[in-house]
Amino acid sequence: MLDTKPITVDNVVEMHHICKSFGTVQALSDVHFELRRGEILSLLGENGSGKTTLMNILSGIYFPDAGEIYVNGNLVTIRQPKDAFDLKIGMVHQHFKLVDVFSAAENIVLGLPGGRTINRRALTRHVREIADQYGFEIDPDKKVYDMSVSEKQTVEIIKALYRGADILVLDEPTAVLTPQETDKLFDIMRAMKKDNKSIILITHKLNEVLAVSDRVTVLRKGEYIDTVLTKDATIQSLTDMMVGRSVSLEIDCPVPQNVEPILKVQSLTVLNQDGGKALDDVTFGVNGGEILGIAGISGSGQRELCEAIAGLYPVTGGSILYKNVVDGHEVDENVVGLNPNDIVKKGIALAFVPEDRLGMGLVPSLNMVDNIMLKHYRKKKGFLVDRRTSREIAERLVDELQIVTPDVFTPIRKLSGGNVQKVLVGREIDTHPRLLMVAYPVRGLDINSSYTIYNLLNEQKEKGVAVIFIGEDLDVLMEISDRLLVLSGGRVTGIVDPRCTSKQDIGLLMLGQSIDNEKGADAV
Amino acid sequence: MTDQKINNVNVQEQPKTPCPPAQDLLPQVKEPLVRMTKRGIITTKQRVIVYVVGFILALVVGALMLLAIGKNPFFAYRDMVVGSFGTAIASAETIRIAVPLLIASVAVGFAFKMKFWNIGAEGQILAGATLCSYIVVHSINNKNYISGVPLHLIMIVLAMIGGALFGFLPAFFKTKWGTNETLFTLMLNYIAIQYVIYLQSLRTWQDPMSTYPKIIDFAVFTKGSVELPRMFGVHIGWIFALIIAVIAYFYLTRTKHGYEISVVGDSLNTARYAGMNTRWIQIRTLLISGALCGFAGYLQVAGANHTLTETTAGGVGFTAITVAWLAKLNPFVMIPIAIFIAMLQKGSLFIQSTMRIPAAAADLLTGLILFFMLGSEFFIEYKLVFRSKRNVPHLEQKEVTA
Repeated sequence: MLDTKPITVDNVVEMHHICKSFGTVQALSDVHFELRRGEILSLLGENGSGKTTLMNILSGIYFPDAGEIYVNGNLVTIRQPKDAFDLKIGMVHQHFKLVDVFSAAENIVLGLPGGRTINRRALTRHVREIADQYGFEIDPDKKVYDMSVSEKQTVEIIKALYRGADILVLDEPTAVLTPQETDKLFDIMRAMKKDNKSIILITHKLNEVLAVSDRVTVLRKGEYIDTVLTKDATIQSLTDMMVGRSVSLEIDCPVPQNVEPILKVQSLTVLNQDGGKALDDVTFGVNGGEILGIAGISGSGQRELCEAIAGLYPVTGGSILYKNVVDGHEVDENVVGLNPNDIVKKGIALAFVPEDRLGMGLVPSLNMVDNIMLKHYRKKKGFLVDRRTSREIAERLVDELQIVTPDVFTPIRKLSGGNVQKVLVGREIDTHPRLLMVAYPVRGLDINSSYTIYNLLNEQKEKGVAVIFIGEDLDVLMEISDRLLVLSGGRVTGIVDPRCTSKQDIGLLMLGQSIDNEKGADAV
Repeated sequence: MTDQKINNVNVQEQPKTPCPPAQDLLPQVKEPLVRMTKRGIITTKQRVIVYVVGFILALVVGALMLLAIGKNPFFAYRDMVVGSFGTAIASAETIRIAVPLLIASVAVGFAFKMKFWNIGAEGQILAGATLCSYIVVHSINNKNYISGVPLHLIMIVLAMIGGALFGFLPAFFKTKWGTNETLFTLMLNYIAIQYVIYLQSLRTWQDPMSTYPKIIDFAVFTKGSVELPRMFGVHIGWIFALIIAVIAYFYLTRTKHGYEISVVGDSLNTARYAGMNTRWIQIRTLLISGALCGFAGYLQVAGANHTLTETTAGGVGFTAITVAWLAKLNPFVMIPIAIFIAMLQKGSLFIQSTMRIPAAAADLLTGLILFFMLGSEFFIEYKLVFRSKRNVPHLEQKEVTA
């Protein structure tokens, strides 16, 4: 099926007929891959298409079931990460692997052979040389726990370069970066390319593919689809290759109708575990019939905000007022200090799709029926549980949302990410909420499932529900939100109309406008 | 190997011609000899096969051990079966061992389902046994003013309070201050044992006939009032044990409480998210778990021993952990497993006397079987893949050309 071209030295890496399965899941089947010297290659595919698995094989984390790998024209066996280092292959994982209490320089030399002592001065100098060569900004003596996400990423990349990597694999490096930081990273990648290094960029963001790469290799469901030159590709053509058929990329954003305020958050302050302010004087309101997007670098207080509103996080100051109807009168009910059960007892219809689906929203080893029961098992009187109602709901959701599962009695953890999320969102919407909070609802989902979720949210909005959407993909946030709130370091740096605000401006707000004006300016 | 590889890699300026795999590189192309991969779906049949193979392997290794000390393994195994179920008396004795084991297994199963690592069943049994002995001793010292059914009812209530208290303490401290329940429950075991030893030296508890500290025989001093009636040769505790296992099954699968236990056990955050009072659920479950152990303690006092010693629990609380895990925390499955373990214990006692196999060897045999049974779990989750030539196409090719 695949025509294996002759191996030339211009291809620094070639992988042929790679197969890998996990249990019954065939993660990769007969995948072909080649990387040329001095190019930036995008490895594109939806979640679960096998991108990361393929690169984990190249970097020695997994061993393939079948297939062969050539590096610089030589057939090699990579059994462990050290073998990959020896072949000058370095990988920067999506989840960083750094020791928090060590400095940047210490992390960089960690695990390398050497004497009993570390020559810190020489080490620092060497790190600085690498940084200057490609334009990194790094303080070798800074501790990792003091670093921002983008600084940690810099350490990871320098770590790979310090080990002499000529082939660099970056696994979704921009997922955690602001637009400005992304641009800076791309500049660095171009500088490395000039130095004849070969870079593999794993991503599912199409505009990045078009912005930085020379060629694109597309995987779909563990199979190799094609490799094309970036200059010949468009967003639509790449999407079609990724999904396997033509899809529309428009997200609806109907104009809000009959808005009425549902939730008012006033001067909300909460502390994190170390006593610092995770949320600092946060004030905003949400109306029924609109989607309020919340943007920000991860860890800017999004999780605390959701959990505080849901009654799961202790509030230090401020109030959370929920418009409730008691005896026919509208009252502002303050839910601060109430736990989730109290909130339900007050008759407040609040639904929450948390970020950590299997760790907070669902019970992974229980089946769909039992998971749906979570929200209403208390309603039935008596000592026994009522599985019949939940079973009816479960079966209805399977039909309505096209959830793929052997039956409703299969443990949730055996379902794929998209189906897990459909169960969770479906259950929450089924409670007929007036306020629906969703945190990163499409993280890890394929394009089709993502659009199912967007449509569900828009449906709720049209029904007059107030929707809070916490997201990470700015493009999506700007398309779906009626108003966009930007958090930076626990403070609200702006509430803007996404229809008339530029992405760059939102990026500045994400960095905390007041302090970072200058930094943002030179990145633009 | 690595050096060679580095050398090969460092030669970057290779000829620009198409470069077929170099012959001298081929020996490196080896996949690891054995590697583990996760199994997908396993059928019940495969699962049974894994267990049966594990059991046979345990017997084989045990046989080697018996041969090494010069005993005939076939006779030893035969005697273990005969000694535990060969006669009515032997069977009754085996069941008598199984009763507290089953109840304690159900009890720790409750806690384990919630991922609360209660290894203090031993102490909870003793606490129950001790507290219910108080009323017996008090009655004996006051001319047996309580006897018959009232005595037993008070004993049951006290035993359950005693066990529940020993379950409550670690749960309270864990939910309030995050103490480690494993250490906490373990330490409580020693407190319970030492307390019984202290009671042995009290004048009102001591056996006047005995030359060493020993608590009086309740059956003799209450004129048999403390003895539980028998059915089929075993005290009626076995009926209670079966009822408890059945009720526990329904409690765990059909009630709101059981549902809450599953949720808390799997994800504490999800339980909080759903508005459950996770603290109370943990305390409540440990109260039940402890009370059940306390009840087992009562059965030991009233049914089996008719006295209180520091070995009244006799390791049951620890063996129960094994039973609970082998049964995958399913109370129904615990019934046959508790009986099987009791059979191993009774059988090994028997071969100690008939074949003069040392007690240690008999225990070792029990340990081996458990080891292999628990080891089978690994092969149910994973399978081993051995290096095969089919996976690496040009290995074959190379052999042809060479």
